[in-house]
Amino acid sequence: MPPGRGRGLRDVLRDRFLLKLLVRKEIRVRYRGSVLGLMWSYLKPLLQFAVYFVALGIFLNLQGSTPNYAIYLFSGIVLINFFTEALGNATRSIVENRDLIRKIYLPRELFPVAAVWVSAVHFFPQLVVLMGACLIVGWAPSVLQIAALVVAFLLVAVLATGLGLLFGAVNVYFRDSENIVDMILMIVTWASPVLYVWSMVEDVLGEWFFLYQLNPMTVAVELFHWVFWYPTLDAAELAAAPMPPDLLTLWTPIALALTVLIMFLGQITFRRLSANFAQEL
Amino acid sequence: MEVVDDPAIVCTTVQKEFVLRHTRSLKEALIWIVKGRKGDLSKKFDALQDVSFTVARGETVALLGLNGSGKSTLLKLISGVLQPDKGSLLTKGRIAGLIEVGAGFHHDLSGRDNVYLNGAILGMSESTIDEMFDSIVDFAEIGEFIDTEVKFYSSGMYLRLAFSIAVHTDPEIFLVDEILAVGDEPFQRKCLAKIKELAAAGKTLLVVSHDLDLVSTVCERGILLEHGQLIADGPVADVVSELRRRSRADE
Ligand SMILES: Nc1ncnc2c1ncn2[C@@H]1O[C@H](COP(=O)(O)OP(=O)(O)OP(=O)(O)O)[C@@H](O)[C@H]1O
Ligand SMILES: [Mg+2]
Repeated sequence: MPPGRGRGLRDVLRDRFLLKLLVRKEIRVRYRGSVLGLMWSYLKPLLQFAVYFVALGIFLNLQGSTPNYAIYLFSGIVLINFFTEALGNATRSIVENRDLIRKIYLPRELFPVAAVWVSAVHFFPQLVVLMGACLIVGWAPSVLQIAALVVAFLLVAVLATGLGLLFGAVNVYFRDSENIVDMILMIVTWASPVLYVWSMVEDVLGEWFFLYQLNPMTVAVELFHWVFWYPTLDAAELAAAPMPPDLLTLWTPIALALTVLIMFLGQITFRRLSANFAQEL
Repeated sequence: MEVVDDPAIVCTTVQKEFVLRHTRSLKEALIWIVKGRKGDLSKKFDALQDVSFTVARGETVALLGLNGSGKSTLLKLISGVLQPDKGSLLTKGRIAGLIEVGAGFHHDLSGRDNVYLNGAILGMSESTIDEMFDSIVDFAEIGEFIDTEVKFYSSGMYLRLAFSIAVHTDPEIFLVDEILAVGDEPFQRKCLAKIKELAAAGKTLLVVSHDLDLVSTVCERGILLEHGQLIADGPVADVVSELRRRSRADE
């Protein structure tokens, strides 16, 4: 058996115990010596939410044109934050774990996956807060909407893993990769309908609107809006705020296919580059 | 090359080259491409050239050579951390490597967490580690320091814990890279006894050490590397005297 030749992401499935330990390690190391610990993962999105709500909701008065804007905004922010944190951490994961990678063999895919997992650990409490807020304003989702919630989560998780594998591997050779990702993460909040509603984009883009919809994050965020925001609207408000066309029937499958494709590309690149990780780090 | 009945490591014409000057920015790489790929972007050199040997299961082999001759590189190839550029390398059975002191330790974690992490990396399951935990700590004689972050350990304590975990994983192939040097006398003796015990139990051992006398007592066979080339392979006493002869000739 040739040593050190893994089977990619399948090894991660087999090494679940090791994955668990790596996730625990990440969380421990991150909050070492911090008083608030995991509380930080609540505080940051809440502050972000407050800033956006005041600036956009009140100053620009999006709150007037968008009913329940707070929920609209928060559901998008929670999901986008999951993505930005997951991708940012996954990109840095290989370089940050160089001490391990340089000296001992273990399936290297574990690191980006663990990074995404850690972000999911931060995401779930926020999701609970979101659900709580929705329940207060009379949230009653259908079974299909709960399924959509899971789909949106998977979309983001798989997308972040795929891109994280790609940029994480490239980062070993060119540290520029980190900066490219930082730029992507800056754009992504604005390139999906988190702060504004999708119809504003359609008005501007016209027939090119499909480009906007090709972004899997747009689809994921819209799914979240459908799950959390739409059920809290009354009939009149619903008529004024239609769902983007063909979201469930066309764009969700397309986003899923794209995401899986990105993950395969990420995995292939990662495998090719990972052979030389130990000597390049 | 002789054919061995039950090989543990088969190394055929292995070559490993390293890049000497690294480019770490896209800018440099782009300029290089734009300029028509003139010259080499990075200088390379061979750390191992055309190395072939076979180790049978249960053999104890000393890997000898001067500084920079490629011993650690070879062990890293065998453990899978590095991949050969040419040739093939095959191993059979689980490998535990002590390639560097504290490899696979995270210095911000406690000794206890590191036992679990390192044990899992070396292929132990959760229940096995639970079971072995006390025995690992006992062997390492770490005592109450087990819940201290390992960055506060002395290098000897690092070694003790690392060695203890590695032997408890019950590997079939055991790689040791001149790490015993930092242990104190009693612990070195203890390690040596353990290594001999492993050898007696039919494990395959590959030991790198500059302590030629120590190596002669532990190993049967010696392999000598010089500038990445295998120049001697035979009974350890012969290889040790060959190394001594060569280094004296240099002076
Ligand atoms: N990642 C790397 N990048 C570039 N060169 C490397 C790398 N790793 C090792 N080398 C070079 O390869 C050569 C062989 O190194 P190696 O560590 O195998 O030597 P060694 O035989 O273990 O020496 P020592 O007795 O000092 O431990 C050295 O010249 C070293 O500088
Ligand atoms: Mg060495």
